[in-house]
Amino acid sequence: MPEYLLEMKHITKEFPGVKALNEVDFKIKKGEVHAICGENGAGKSTLIKTMCGVYPIGTYEGEVVYDNEVQKFVEIKDAEDVGIICIHQELALVPELSVGENIFLGNQPNKFGVVRWDEIYYKTQQLLSRVGLDKSEGAYGAVSPEEKIKNLGIGQKQLVEIAKALSKNTKLLLLDEPTAALTEHEVDILLDIINGLRNEGVTCIYVSHKLDEVMRIADTVTVIRDGCSIATKSIDEITKNDIIRMMVGRELSNLFPREKHTQGDVGFEIKNFNVYHPDIPGKMLVKDISFKAYKGEILGISGLMGAGRTELFSAIYGAFPAKSFGEVYVDGEKVDIKSPIDAIKQDISLLTEDRKRFGLVLGMDVKQNTTLSSLDQVSQYSVIDQNAEIYHAMEFVKFLKTKTPSVEQLVGNLSGGNQQKVVLAKALMTKPKVMVLDEPTRGIDVGAKYEIYKIMNELVDHGVVVIMISSDLEEILGMSDRIVVMCEGEMKGEFGIEEATQEVIMHAATGGSQL
Amino acid sequence: MSKVENRTDKEVKNDKLGGSIDIRTFTMVGGLILLWIFFTYMTDGTFLSIRNISNLTRQMAIVGVLGSGMVLVIVTGNIDLSIGSLLGFLSGIAAVLMVWNGWGTAMTITAVVLIGITVGMLQGIIVAYLSVPAFIVTLGGLLIFRGGLLGVTKSMSIAPFDESYKYIGQAYVSPLVGVILAIAAIVLIMLLAFNKRRSRLKYNYAVESIPKMMGKVALKATLVLGSVILLNQYRGIPVPVFVMILVMIILTFIAEKTTFGRSIYAIGGNIEATKYSGIKVRKNLVIVFMINGLMAALAGIILSARLNAGTPTAGLNMELDAIAAAVIGGTSMSGGAGKVAGAALGALFMATIDNGMSLMNMDAYWQYVVKGIILVTAVWFDIYTKKKK
Repeated sequence: MPEYLLEMKHITKEFPGVKALNEVDFKIKKGEVHAICGENGAGKSTLIKTMCGVYPIGTYEGEVVYDNEVQKFVEIKDAEDVGIICIHQELALVPELSVGENIFLGNQPNKFGVVRWDEIYYKTQQLLSRVGLDKSEGAYGAVSPEEKIKNLGIGQKQLVEIAKALSKNTKLLLLDEPTAALTEHEVDILLDIINGLRNEGVTCIYVSHKLDEVMRIADTVTVIRDGCSIATKSIDEITKNDIIRMMVGRELSNLFPREKHTQGDVGFEIKNFNVYHPDIPGKMLVKDISFKAYKGEILGISGLMGAGRTELFSAIYGAFPAKSFGEVYVDGEKVDIKSPIDAIKQDISLLTEDRKRFGLVLGMDVKQNTTLSSLDQVSQYSVIDQNAEIYHAMEFVKFLKTKTPSVEQLVGNLSGGNQQKVVLAKALMTKPKVMVLDEPTRGIDVGAKYEIYKIMNELVDHGVVVIMISSDLEEILGMSDRIVVMCEGEMKGEFGIEEATQEVIMHAATGGSQL
Repeated sequence: MSKVENRTDKEVKNDKLGGSIDIRTFTMVGGLILLWIFFTYMTDGTFLSIRNISNLTRQMAIVGVLGSGMVLVIVTGNIDLSIGSLLGFLSGIAAVLMVWNGWGTAMTITAVVLIGITVGMLQGIIVAYLSVPAFIVTLGGLLIFRGGLLGVTKSMSIAPFDESYKYIGQAYVSPLVGVILAIAAIVLIMLLAFNKRRSRLKYNYAVESIPKMMGKVALKATLVLGSVILLNQYRGIPVPVFVMILVMIILTFIAEKTTFGRSIYAIGGNIEATKYSGIKVRKNLVIVFMINGLMAALAGIILSARLNAGTPTAGLNMELDAIAAAVIGGTSMSGGAGKVAGAALGALFMATIDNGMSLMNMDAYWQYVVKGIILVTAVWFDIYTKKKK
C-alpha cells in the first residue's frame, strides 16, 4: 500500500448559490507530481485553497488529512508551518522590494529583531541557483538577489515564487496554473525545476489547463468536473484525449470549428505604425508595421511574449500610455485615433488580454458591463432606460450562451469563460467593423473556447474584420485564414493558412527571416 | 418564451427581488432608533419634542447636502477635503456681497453658486487632467479657501443679511404647501412603481407580486406623509430640509438613472476598464467636482442664512462631517459603491449625536469622541457583514 502524504476526504465547499466542490476525495502519494485538470470553474482552485488554509476550517465540510493527521488550518500560516506551500495564480510578490527581501518576507533571519541582510542575500543566491536563476548552462539567466521585483519579467517572478517556497522547507508544493503567462522556453525551465524537486523528494500538485505539460511532468492525474472528482489515473494508463474527454464529459471531435471563408475587400489597414516604450526614452516597442486585414477573414497575429503585439493594438486603439505614430485605415478611409472614444467611433473594438484589469468592472452586474461602451444605445437625453438595458444584455446572454443566473448577477461571481463572454458582449454591442481579440481564449475552458471560435466565425459571416492575437500556435493555425508573425516589435512574416505550419511560424517568431 | 428565458426569470426572482433585506441599512436605522430612545430617556422627553425634531432635521440639512455631493466624489475613488473651507469661503463672499456691497438676494446667490461651481471645476481639472491626487489638490484647497475666507471677511463676522436671504436658512415651508408636496410625491412614487412594472413586463422580465409592490408603495407613502405631518405639528418643513431633500432626489436620479451616473460608478469600480470602454473619464471627474462645488455653495448659503452672518470659522471641519455621513451611509472608500440617500442617514446620525448630547448638556468634546467612535464602528460593521457573506 502506497504512503499518502495528503488525503482530502469528502470535501464539500459551497458559495452562495454554487456548490464549488461536492464530496471530493483526493489522495496524493509522497514524492509524486500530481496534476489536477479540469475546465475553468470545475473547482480546481477551490480545492487548492482548501488544502492550504485560504478557506479556514469550518467553511467547508470534510477532512484534510496530511501526514496521517487531520489538519485544521485556520490561516495560510498554519499550512505553511507543516510544509504545505501554495503558489497562487496571481503572484504574491511586493514589486518595490528586492528579490531577497521578498523571498524572506515574514521570516527574515534576525538577531534580537535586527535583520541579518548578508545571510538573506547569501541564502537567496543559493535558492536562485536551485531554480535556474543563475549563470549556469541552460538556466534562465542570472538575477541579482538585490534586484527589485518590479524589474523582473513574469517568468523570472514565477521562479522567484518557487525559490520563496523552497526557502520554507516545503514538503508539498501547490502550483496553481504556473505556466499561464510563460513562454515555451520558460515553461521548459519550470518543468525542469519541478522535476528536480521531485528528485529531492518534494511532492507537487500541479494545476493546469495545458495538457501537454501535464503529460510531460505528472506522475498521476486527477480530473475534476463540476466540483466532483471524476477519476485519478497514473500517467501511463491515460492519454491526452482521455483527459480532455473526462474534463468536458464528451468527445471533442475537433477543437476548432474552421469554416471556409471568402476574402472580401480590405476592411482595415495600418501603414508604418510605430510605438515607443512608455518608460525608456527612444526605445521602440513596435517598428514600422504595415499590414492589411480583409473582410470575411480571420487574421491571426502570432509571436512570442514581448513581441509587441498587445502594444501595437492598444496603441491603434488609442489606449497605450506612450507615443505612437503611423496611419490607420478603416474601410479605406484614414482615421485619426487619439483615445478609445475615437476608436469606438471609428467602429474599432478591442477585447483586451487582461479582462479583469481592462475589460470588466467587477463590482457591476452583467447588464451594466455589457452596455458600458454603448450607453447611448440604451439612453435618451442621457437618461438610461434600465429595461432596454436588461433587454440588450439578455440578447447577448442568449447569443453568446453566457452562463449566468441573471443579467443582474455581479460579473465578479462568474467563471472566467463567462466573464470573457461579457467583455465580448460589451465589445460587440458597439457594432464594430473591426474586432480585435487579444488572447481571447486565455484561461478559458475547452467548451467556452469552442463557443468563442464559433462567434468569431459568425462575425466573419457578418462582414466584420476579425483580428486575433494569440500565443497559442494551435489556435492560430486552427482558426486564422492568414497569419502575421511579429518578433521584437517587427513584422517577420505573413503567411496564408495553406503555407503555415508550426515550424514556419516558430521560425519567424524567433527572429528568423521568412522561409 | 424559450427555455433559457424561463430559467433566467425564475432565478432572477430568487437572486434579486426575493427577500433581500439590506442588513446594513437595517442596522443603521436600528442603531438610530436606539440612540433616539436613549436621548429621549436622558432628556426626559425633550429630545422627541416636536420642536426639537424640527431642529434636528434643520441641523442635518447642511451635512446632508454636503454628504450627497461627497458620495459622488468618493464613488469615483476620490476625496474632497476642501468643501468645509469652500463652504466657509462662499458664505463669507455672500456676506461681503450682500452686507458690504448691497447686492440683492438673487444676485448674491447666483454669484456664490457660480463661484462654487468654478472652484470645483478648477480642482477637478487639476485632479483629472494634471493627474495630481485629489487628496492633495483638495488639501491645498482646504488651506487656500480657509485663508480666502479670513481674507475676504477681514476675520470679522459680517451681518445682517436681507430678510429674503435669511428665509433660506430660517423659514418653513407652509404646512399647506408641505401637504400638497407630499401628496404630489406620493402620486409620483405610485406612478414610478407602476411604470417600472409595466415596462419590465413588456420586456418579459421578472416583476414583484402586486401585493408586495403595493406594500412597498404604501410604506414609502406613509413615511413621506408621516414626516410632513410630524413637521407640520411645529411650523412646517424647514426650508433647508426642503433644499436637502430636493438635492438628494436630483442627485439620486443623476447617480442611478443617467449615463453620467453610470460612468462615475464605473470609474470608481475600474478606471482602466472604463477608459477602454470609451467613456470620457476626465470630463466626468471634472463634473463630479463641479457638483461638489455646487453643494458647498448651497450649504454655505444655508449656513450663513441660518446664522444670519458670515463668520470666519464657518464650515470648520465640515468636510469631515460630510465624509463621515457618506461613509456611515454605506459609501465604500475604495470607490465604485455608495448611495446618495445613504448620506441622509449618515447626516441624521451625526445630527442626532450633536443635538442629543447638547440637550444633555455634555461638554462639546464628547461629541467629537462619540462621532469618531461611531464612524469607525460603522465601517467595521460594514466590513464584518461583507466578510460573513
